[in-house]
Amino acid sequence: MERNRAPAGSAGSRLALALRSLPLDRQELAAIFAGGFVGAIARAALERTLVAPAGRWPWATFIVNMLGAALLGYFVTRLQERLPPSLYRRAFLGTGICGALTTFSTVMVELAKMLESGHVVLAVAYAAVSIAGGFAAVFLTTKLVRRARLSQ
Amino acid sequence: MTDVFLWLAVGVLGGLGAIARFLLDALLSTATGARFPLGTLVVNLSGALVLGLLVGLALSANAYLLAGTAVIGSYTTFSTWMLESHRLAEDGRRWLVWANIVLSLTLGVGAAVVGRLLGAG
Repeated sequence: MERNRAPAGSAGSRLALALRSLPLDRQELAAIFAGGFVGAIARAALERTLVAPAGRWPWATFIVNMLGAALLGYFVTRLQERLPPSLYRRAFLGTGICGALTTFSTVMVELAKMLESGHVVLAVAYAAVSIAGGFAAVFLTTKLVRRARLSQ
Repeated sequence: MTDVFLWLAVGVLGGLGAIARFLLDALLSTATGARFPLGTLVVNLSGALVLGLLVGLALSANAYLLAGTAVIGSYTTFSTWMLESHRLAEDGRRWLVWANIVLSLTLGVGAAVVGRLLGAG
């Protein structure tokens, strides 16, 4: 996510500058923690309920990722373009809940397992549908929020 | 460990994973100042490597739930990867969109495979 940009300089001085300007706002970090708490439990509970056998479509991961992408597109567009700026809402809903509800690493491990066990078609389909679906989810909820704004 | 404690631990570790992602992403985004979402890429690739490693280690179900599903699952993010790709596309940065998707996917699967091999040792 974008933050204030550092001026040009050597990599070392830029890193030092970035370290000093790190956003260590306690309330913001608390909001991220709270969102992460909720998102992680929701995802873990679904992963435990819908266990995907080897060589099958990983529904739990797929569902949380599509839902999380749709929600993030909705929240970020609404918070950036419609509501007054609120650092903590973005931190709680976006970085916290949506960030923790969705998972990149699990998809990569699932794809690696599929490829190693010879389920190449499944791996290609899972990667393609996840990426196209996640992108479409963000696109659609972004459009939905902007349309609602125009109609007011 | 009782169930309540186990799920509380999932929440706490998930919260810490989210904070780690936020801080590393903020650090890298500020340091590079580039339009390409390098922070999310580094977070996601490092997470894929570590999750692969944990799978390779063949942990018990509860240990994997805590270290893998809770910490690393929350640390990495699919939704931000998609949001940043979409926003790049809106800005007409078509090459950066493809770079972001293809690099994340290929290097991510590669990191998971390498992590698994390292873990299985």
